[in-house]
Amino acid sequence: MHEGSIVESALEIVFRHMEAESAERVSAIGLRVGALAGVVPEALRFAFAALTPGTPAEGATLTIEFLPTRILCAKCGHEGERADFQYECEACGSLETEVRQGRELDVMCIDLCREGEREDANWN
Amino acid sequence: MRTGTERWTVEVDEAILGRNAQFAATNRERFGTLGLRVINIASSPGSGKTALLERTLNELAGELRIGVIVGDLQTDNDARRLGDKGAPVVQVTTNGYCHLEASMIAQAMAELDVEKLDLLIIENVGNLVCPASFDLGEAERVVLISVTEGEDKPLKYPVIFEKADAVVITKIDMTEAAGIDIDVLRDNVRRTAPRARLLELSSRSGEGFGGWLSFLGRSASAT
Repeated sequence: MHEGSIVESALEIVFRHMEAESAERVSAIGLRVGALAGVVPEALRFAFAALTPGTPAEGATLTIEFLPTRILCAKCGHEGERADFQYECEACGSLETEVRQGRELDVMCIDLCREGEREDANWN
Repeated sequence: MRTGTERWTVEVDEAILGRNAQFAATNRERFGTLGLRVINIASSPGSGKTALLERTLNELAGELRIGVIVGDLQTDNDARRLGDKGAPVVQVTTNGYCHLEASMIAQAMAELDVEKLDLLIIENVGNLVCPASFDLGEAERVVLISVTEGEDKPLKYPVIFEKADAVVITKIDMTEAAGIDIDVLRDNVRRTAPRARLLELSSRSGEGFGGWLSFLGRSASAT
């Protein structure tokens, strides 16, 4: 269960951006998680719910985009998804394959907000 | 003028483990400058990491200058087991953390005379899940799996196997007693870790240990 430290690291990034933008709260956080990142989305949600109360991200929506593993065969050039964590090329059976997608573990985007008084089209 | 909530979106696109990656890059650069080879060993608890190191330190004493960093949630039992072999051993107690992080290695290195080492072996916390996500700056990752763990262990914990440069099947003296089909285990390792070198040994009987020692850099003439 290292999802706690993953969420802590993600929140560090989020709050750094929030401060740089002079925002007061974070209303949504979008993460990108690859199948090979070794992170379980449900455990991330659990850790997020446990770690955010009392912070500016309390109540924020957590969106997790899950990316399946994609491998490229060096022999025949076939590229395809693998859900079973095996790396044989489905087309030719070669094991000379390369992971093209699946190691991602990123904060993609965040929605920020701030209360105040101003005439502005973005305000509501 | 009116009161309201201003909302906006920021494209962040930052690696969550970026800070660990920075520490790992700094470690890697330092290892490179020192000409120090660093190996990160991971396995389940009880696969024989410490037994492997005990025999390794005994066999290579006087031949390779080896330092060891050993991570555990609690106790310094492993450091004590390894401490009388003449090699410097630093115990990192993670206090509940299920893995080592690159910053912990940077700290532990301060306790080692790294200039005087040829090889640094990091014994990660016994866990096949979390250590997979944390680069320590090592040159190679080695994953151990003992024959008593069953043929399908690589299929159950594929992420760590995918990142392995070498997979060592341990306790092969117990193959028969464990009732395991070692060919099935080999095949499962090959499928989940296609790029890894496969070694098989018993730290107790010494069977297959020469292959491991040459992997670590013992020259063929010494074996």
